[in-house]
Amino acid sequence: MHYFTRKSIVIAAGGVFFAILPLLAASFGKEYLVSLFSRILIYSIAAVSLDLLLGFAGLISLGHAAFVGVGAYTVGIFFFHGFEAQPLFGFIPGSENGLIVFPLAMLISALFALIIGALSLRTSGMHFIMITLAFAQMTYYFSVGLEKYGGDDGLSLYSRNSFPGLDLSRDYHFYYLCLILLFLFLIFIYRLVNSRFGLVIRGASSNSRRIQALGVNPYHYKLACFVIAGAGAGLAGALLANQTEYVSPGLMHWTVSGELMVMVLLGGLGTIFGPVLGAATFLLLEEFLTMYTEHWMLYMGPILVLVVIFAKRGVFGLLAGLERRHD
Amino acid sequence: MLLLAEQILNGLQLGITLFLMSAGLTLVFGIMQVINLAHGSFYMIGAYLGATAFAATGSFFAGIAAALCGSALAGMLVEFLVLRRLYYREHLDQVLATFGLIMFFNELTRMIWGRQPLFMNPPSWLEGSIELLPGLIYPVYRLAVIATGLLVALLLWFLFSRTRLGMQIRAGASNRQMIGALGVNIRLLYTLVFGLGTLLAGLAGVMAGPILSVESGMGESILILTFVVIVIGGIGSIRGAVVGALLVGLVDTLGRAFLPMIFRIFLDNAYADGVAASIASMAIYILMAATLIWRPRGLFPAHG
Repeated sequence: MHYFTRKSIVIAAGGVFFAILPLLAASFGKEYLVSLFSRILIYSIAAVSLDLLLGFAGLISLGHAAFVGVGAYTVGIFFFHGFEAQPLFGFIPGSENGLIVFPLAMLISALFALIIGALSLRTSGMHFIMITLAFAQMTYYFSVGLEKYGGDDGLSLYSRNSFPGLDLSRDYHFYYLCLILLFLFLIFIYRLVNSRFGLVIRGASSNSRRIQALGVNPYHYKLACFVIAGAGAGLAGALLANQTEYVSPGLMHWTVSGELMVMVLLGGLGTIFGPVLGAATFLLLEEFLTMYTEHWMLYMGPILVLVVIFAKRGVFGLLAGLERRHD
Repeated sequence: MLLLAEQILNGLQLGITLFLMSAGLTLVFGIMQVINLAHGSFYMIGAYLGATAFAATGSFFAGIAAALCGSALAGMLVEFLVLRRLYYREHLDQVLATFGLIMFFNELTRMIWGRQPLFMNPPSWLEGSIELLPGLIYPVYRLAVIATGLLVALLLWFLFSRTRLGMQIRAGASNRQMIGALGVNIRLLYTLVFGLGTLLAGLAGVMAGPILSVESGMGESILILTFVVIVIGGIGSIRGAVVGALLVGLVDTLGRAFLPMIFRIFLDNAYADGVAASIASMAIYILMAATLIWRPRGLFPAHG
């Protein structure tokens, strides 16, 4: 076992960079970077969860933003009911305690993913892409119809959630919360992918028939994967709601799903750590291009096409020099 | 009763637009096995070019000609530059590359035509309304859209089942190696089919111009409806596209028109409208989910 491979060095360097970023930002007097990088960390969680589907399970979901939105709305709705001191459905008290609403956001996103996944996984290939997109649209319109929670305009939170020992209204505390959650999530996904479960998932994505011949029903494994990814996206949604102190149907817009896919691809498909770099690349590129032109998408679009055609290994592949997966 | 007849006509008109979109898209899916998210962009290109040419020349036919030529040319160019490289790639690559194309085209139209939507009036000879039945007054323009759509459906049927090109397209859909071995230029055929698909999208776009507003991003809302049509109808099936388009057009239109009334019977008004509007927006997705539970490959699966 070599601990000093190129891959482990890249990962360690990335970890150190994210850990000391607030210090760097403070010493250069650019505190706004802390909130930009919090955003990167949050999108990283969503992108890593999507990588589990795209890169390992071979499930091309074009509706991942729906679960981000569900997680965000869970935090928003519980905050609303806590603030108004008016129980949800008449008996569930609202809450702004992060230790309660964060797990709830993951649970409810997972439930949505269970229902949507159970239906969508009846199909495969192109059908699956279109159906996940359609279900995400359905969730989007559902949130638009939530008149009580602002409908189209969304819902404002008046403060961030409370965590014992943390003061999330301070950007540094919030940044490190995001970092720790991303770290835990990465470890979880890494161990998951390298477990027996991960073996079945990868096997089912490369040759479903052979896995079935071994006496394993891939449907249940794929569904479990979909639910785990949904919960991860829900966590990202809960954090996002806290960062912006605002939730709206826009979080579930299908272009957000597309952007999450782009982050996974830019970082490196099926590399677990790659999507973190992908999220950073995408959001920094957006930040950078908007400094020069308001029409940044005019450049982002063709860049994306070129990356797809010529550089599929992504940024992580370039840095860590990984071999391409066997298809 | 009159309201119902009027809404059915509206549903037909939406269905016709969806048919023009899904016919092209389902061909590309069925024949080249390519998923093209950017199909809505050609609808948008058709609408913008049509509105601009109509405003500049005052002739609606010039607008239609500009839309058709522009969207077909843009389509063939995109096929030649980008999609051709993606035929043998995974679906994921196709999704991402065409997502990039959407970003590009939306921003390009924003740069050229600005952020304000364009408004396009029907040509003077199609303005006004006629009385179809006693009491049922309907805009002439929308009737013309329905008629044009039916005509195009007839032409497509003729093209596919009665011409040599149609035969080659059908053969290419069922076995591309074989038709290549028989000496048909498959690359050219693919480019032509793609151009035909984007031409139909451009036609749908320019015809929708006077009904909706012409704006950047208009392609995506119709694209997602088109996906629903194709999933319901079955990928690669023109017959499925016809049935799916009419079904989605009618369910969406009738749902938006009548669900609020139905909900008002047992909920109080303000609340009923919100719930009904939300359920009406979701109706077609519910229809799609139900179809899939019943038939996972759509109503008219093209292969097997």
